[in-house]
Amino acid sequence: MSDAESTRQTGLNIKRRQFLNGIVWGLGSLIFGALSGSAGAYLLAGAGKEHREEWTDAGDLPELRPGVPQEITFEQSRVDGWKVRNEKASAWVVLDNNGSLAAFSPLCTHLGCAYQWSAQQKQFSCPCHGSKFSVTGAVISGPAARSLDRYPTKLEGSRVWLGPVQVSRASD
Amino acid sequence: MESGIRRTIDWVDGRTGFETALRNFLSEEIPGSAGWAQVFGSVALFLFLTQAITGVLLAFNYAPTPGEAYESLLFIVRKVAAGKMIHGLHHWGASLMIIVVFIHMAQVFIYGAYKRPREATWIAGSILLLLTLAFGLTGYLLPWDNRAYWGTMVTTRIISSVPVVGSSLLRLIGAAEGIGVLTFARFYALHTMLLPAASVTLIAIHVYLVRRHGITPRPFEPKLTQRFYPRQAFRDVVAIFATFAILFAAAALLEVPLERLADPTDTSYVPRPEWYFLFLFQLLKLFQGAMEPIGTVVLPTIAVLALFAIPFVDRTRLERSRGRVLAAALVVLVFAIWGTLTAAAVLTSPPGSPPLLTAAPAAAWAQLPAEQIAGLGYFHSAHCDTCHNLLAGEPKPGPNLITSEVHHARPWLIQHFNNPSLVLPSTKVAPMHFSLPQLNALSLFIENLTPDSASKLDDIPMNVIQGAQTYVVSACGSCHKVNGAGGGIGPPLNGIADRRSKQWVKAHFLAPQKLSPESIMPPYHFSSAEENAILVYLFALPE
Repeated sequence: MSDAESTRQTGLNIKRRQFLNGIVWGLGSLIFGALSGSAGAYLLAGAGKEHREEWTDAGDLPELRPGVPQEITFEQSRVDGWKVRNEKASAWVVLDNNGSLAAFSPLCTHLGCAYQWSAQQKQFSCPCHGSKFSVTGAVISGPAARSLDRYPTKLEGSRVWLGPVQVSRASD
Repeated sequence: MESGIRRTIDWVDGRTGFETALRNFLSEEIPGSAGWAQVFGSVALFLFLTQAITGVLLAFNYAPTPGEAYESLLFIVRKVAAGKMIHGLHHWGASLMIIVVFIHMAQVFIYGAYKRPREATWIAGSILLLLTLAFGLTGYLLPWDNRAYWGTMVTTRIISSVPVVGSSLLRLIGAAEGIGVLTFARFYALHTMLLPAASVTLIAIHVYLVRRHGITPRPFEPKLTQRFYPRQAFRDVVAIFATFAILFAAAALLEVPLERLADPTDTSYVPRPEWYFLFLFQLLKLFQGAMEPIGTVVLPTIAVLALFAIPFVDRTRLERSRGRVLAAALVVLVFAIWGTLTAAAVLTSPPGSPPLLTAAPAAAWAQLPAEQIAGLGYFHSAHCDTCHNLLAGEPKPGPNLITSEVHHARPWLIQHFNNPSLVLPSTKVAPMHFSLPQLNALSLFIENLTPDSASKLDDIPMNVIQGAQTYVVSACGSCHKVNGAGGGIGPPLNGIADRRSKQWVKAHFLAPQKLSPESIMPPYHFSSAEENAILVYLFALPE
């Protein structure tokens, strides 16, 4: 409606009308801002991540022949919302020719399926979308773009300890 | 740019009519007498929306089962960003809602706005009032703390006292066998599904009826002379903003009362309902024995029926109801009775336990392992301080235990305590008679002395030291962890003050399997001094 018409209908001059209009929208936006700001922080910032750079005892290292990976399972504790839960986790461990140990996260870097070691082809292959990885974790063929993620490892006697998974970079 | 926005709005309006509908809504004609008194309906609607939004947000981080509910709520309040704010908005919003709804009703009543043809509007509003109270009642259980548990216990007992249908009602709310998972699930479903759906439906009906009949004019007011927008919209928004400012400040500044985890064995707990139900609580005290149902059932039922009957009892025509002095007097009377009952209930209530969330930050020493605290006690009781200083002090015959360059390994230390002259031929110290756990604690204490740890030792209360000593000699640490040290068979004891009452822990010492059937803990029969000390110690542990 035109200004003249609204002035006639409301009995308010334009300045007064604009003032009321401004207050309505201004206060409304303040409320909206306070609520959506709190909601945004609540939903997106989440719980303060407790940094747990902890090492997990993954048990006795199995007898390994260089170049032949084996899957090991172990118990790991994880902060899950309001709980700290112990859960089963696994890793593929392999010795390279120099005798140094590598441990790979068991999830394909493409979309997180569990991959398997193929003894004939001597490569890891993922059943979901066919990604292949070499024994060093490097991508042989796609669709995965990153080499396998690794756990840091350390040996204490015969026991192997695994650190938090280190995500590999695309160029690796 | 502007014409682009215009074109988009026109496009949408052409297909949906939304803009036209909004314009029609905002340009509703209302009586010239409408003003600040008519804002409370809008404020109540705003609070309902706030409750809905914060309620959904809480549900995103909340586990609706007993026990877990409490843990997840602590998680929301302590760990999640803005969690305290969202929880506070929901909690205080409920109270504000009650206040605003009652002001709204009082205004409508005094202005005679329930009269023909607005009877249905009044009835829909009255049902909304009951729904609001039902929200309060069901939401009260959801934190699953002591307050929730015991408060709801009383509610369910009142429900069971309803003649004829009491036991069926009790079954309906899942409390036939006491308060448990069924009760919880039903209260949660009511609070988050049925009540919101019912409220939205009734709000729609209520607002539709308000629009249909228009805002009630004054008697003899000739005609509708203003539009809702912008003047009344301005008043509504200002009132909503003022309410929101109060709510936001309350959520930011006040602590929401949250007590210990619900404990059915805590016989010392004195439950009190939420403030807006206190008058009912007080009313009950007036009717005892066989008369009790009068307070629990008869009077509340009469009150509700009277509320619904108002427009049919008062059939005077609007024009004649000049002044409405009687109506105003009636409102004042009702609030006076309500206020008196509430005040009486408040005055006779014991002071509540301080809310958990405000618990003072744990003292620095509370982070130390039990052995170190106990070790300090043995250090004093064996008079080690006749020869050794900890940090500073008059020179003494033995080395200062912190600044000394010499550090002995544990076998040497234990030898030194057991048979001082064996490792130090020149010494005149008599052998101490400590058990192995005590010797270990004393050694651990000496080994871990640093200027930093010594500074924490000064202000440890005596009973905490004794409690830590009881903890050490009872070998609690073989199964339980404190501050990360100890065995993993039993649950960690940090934060036990949040989870259990002292009463419960005491009973648990005497017969663990009675309270936790799975437990393999042996019974402990402490002397009362030992028991007090170990409870003080355990309840001082940080979360």
